[in-house]
Amino acid sequence: MSKLRAVLVQELIDALNMTVFTPDADMQRRITTVDINRPGLALAGYLRYHAAERVQLLGRTELSFLQGMEAREQALRVFAFCSYEQTPCVILARGLTPPDALVREASARGLAMLGTHMVTTRAAAILSTFLEERLAPETLVHGVLVDVYGIGILITGSSGIGKSETALELVKRGHRLVADDAVVIRQISDNTLVGSPPPLLQYLLEIRGVGVLNAMTLFGAGAVRTYKKVVVVIHLEAWRDDMPYDRLGIDEQTVRILDTEIPSLTIPVRPGRNLAVIIEVAAMNHRLKQIGYNAAQVFADQLSQAINEQDD
Amino acid sequence: MQERRVTIHNPSGLHARPAALLVQTAGKFVSEVQIEKEGKSVDAKSVLGVMSLAIAQGTGVIIRANGADEAEAVTAIAEIIEQGLGESN
Repeated sequence: MSKLRAVLVQELIDALNMTVFTPDADMQRRITTVDINRPGLALAGYLRYHAAERVQLLGRTELSFLQGMEAREQALRVFAFCSYEQTPCVILARGLTPPDALVREASARGLAMLGTHMVTTRAAAILSTFLEERLAPETLVHGVLVDVYGIGILITGSSGIGKSETALELVKRGHRLVADDAVVIRQISDNTLVGSPPPLLQYLLEIRGVGVLNAMTLFGAGAVRTYKKVVVVIHLEAWRDDMPYDRLGIDEQTVRILDTEIPSLTIPVRPGRNLAVIIEVAAMNHRLKQIGYNAAQVFADQLSQAINEQDD
Repeated sequence: MQERRVTIHNPSGLHARPAALLVQTAGKFVSEVQIEKEGKSVDAKSVLGVMSLAIAQGTGVIIRANGADEAEAVTAIAEIIEQGLGESN
C-alpha cells in the first residue's frame, strides 16, 4: 500500500518560509529524494556524476567560486547547471544574494531559485529532516491508535469488534486518542513507525448508536495527541474455543507494517473481559519488558530451577 | 470418570512450554480435567496450576477427566505426554 511520494517545490517554500528569487519559475516540480547536493564540482564543470535530481544547495563556497569566474565562463557553467529539467530547485543559504546571471538563467529555465537565512550546514540538516519526514513510506491502516502510559498501541480487528469503544474507555481512564478508524502510518526511519489521523478525522471518534464525537471538545486537550510512535499492535478478535491463545507470553509475536516488525498480541474478545484494562496492562507489561523485566520469562526460569532441584 | 497414570519423559520436566501445550490440549475438551502429582491435584486447564506442580522428568502423574468427553480427553492428554509435549526426547 505504500507509494512513492514527492514534495512539491511550493510546499518546501511554504514549510520552510523561503525567499523566492524567481517568482515565474515552475513551483510544481517534484522533489522525490531526501538527498541534497552541494554542486561545487558541477559549477566547476564536472557534470558526469552530477546528482541533478536532488535539491541543489549553494553556500558561501559555491557562490564565491561562481563570482570569482570571468563573466563568459560563469554564464557557461550556470547555463549547464540550470539546464537539467529534473532539478527541483536551487537553494541559496546564509541569506546571500544570487548572481544576476544565475537568477536570469534559472528563470528562463523555469528552475526555482530560493533563499534561506540559515547557515548552509544547518539548512542541509533542516532540509533533510523535512524531506525525510515528508517522503517517508506511508500506509493507511484500519484500526485505532491510542497512547497508553506513553506506549503507542495500534488496536486492530474486524469492524464492530469494539475498537472505538475500547479507545473511548481508555480515554475516559486518562489515556490519549491519536486516531480512530483510519490511521496513517509513516515509516520515518528504519525501525520507527509513526501514526497520525487523516487530517479530516483528527480528534474524532465514532461510537455506534451515539455517532461521531470529538474527543478534544468532550474530554479536553489532555485526551488527544496528533501523532504517536506505534510500539505494539493489539489485535482484537472474537473468542473461538478452538483457537490456542497465548497463555505464557514468552514468545513474542510480530506483525509487519511497511518494512518494520512490530510486537503484537492477539486478545480474544468475550463478554465480561474488560478490554481497556487488558490493554492498559499489556502496555505496562511491554514497558516492563523494555526496562528488562519479563515476568513470564522469570517465572519459566524459576519453574525450570524448581524442577531441576527435584531431580538432584 | 476416567483416569490414567502417565510418566513425564521431557528431559527438563514439565517446564513452561510443554506445560502450556498440555493446558492447550486439555482446553479443547468440555470435561473437567485434573492432573495429580503426589496427592496434589490441579485443574489441567490452568497454566499456572499445572506449572505450580513443578513436575520433573520421570515423575508419574494421574490424568483424571470427568464429563461428556472424558475418555477422549484422557486419551488425548496421555498421548501428547507420551509424544513428549512438542519436545523430541
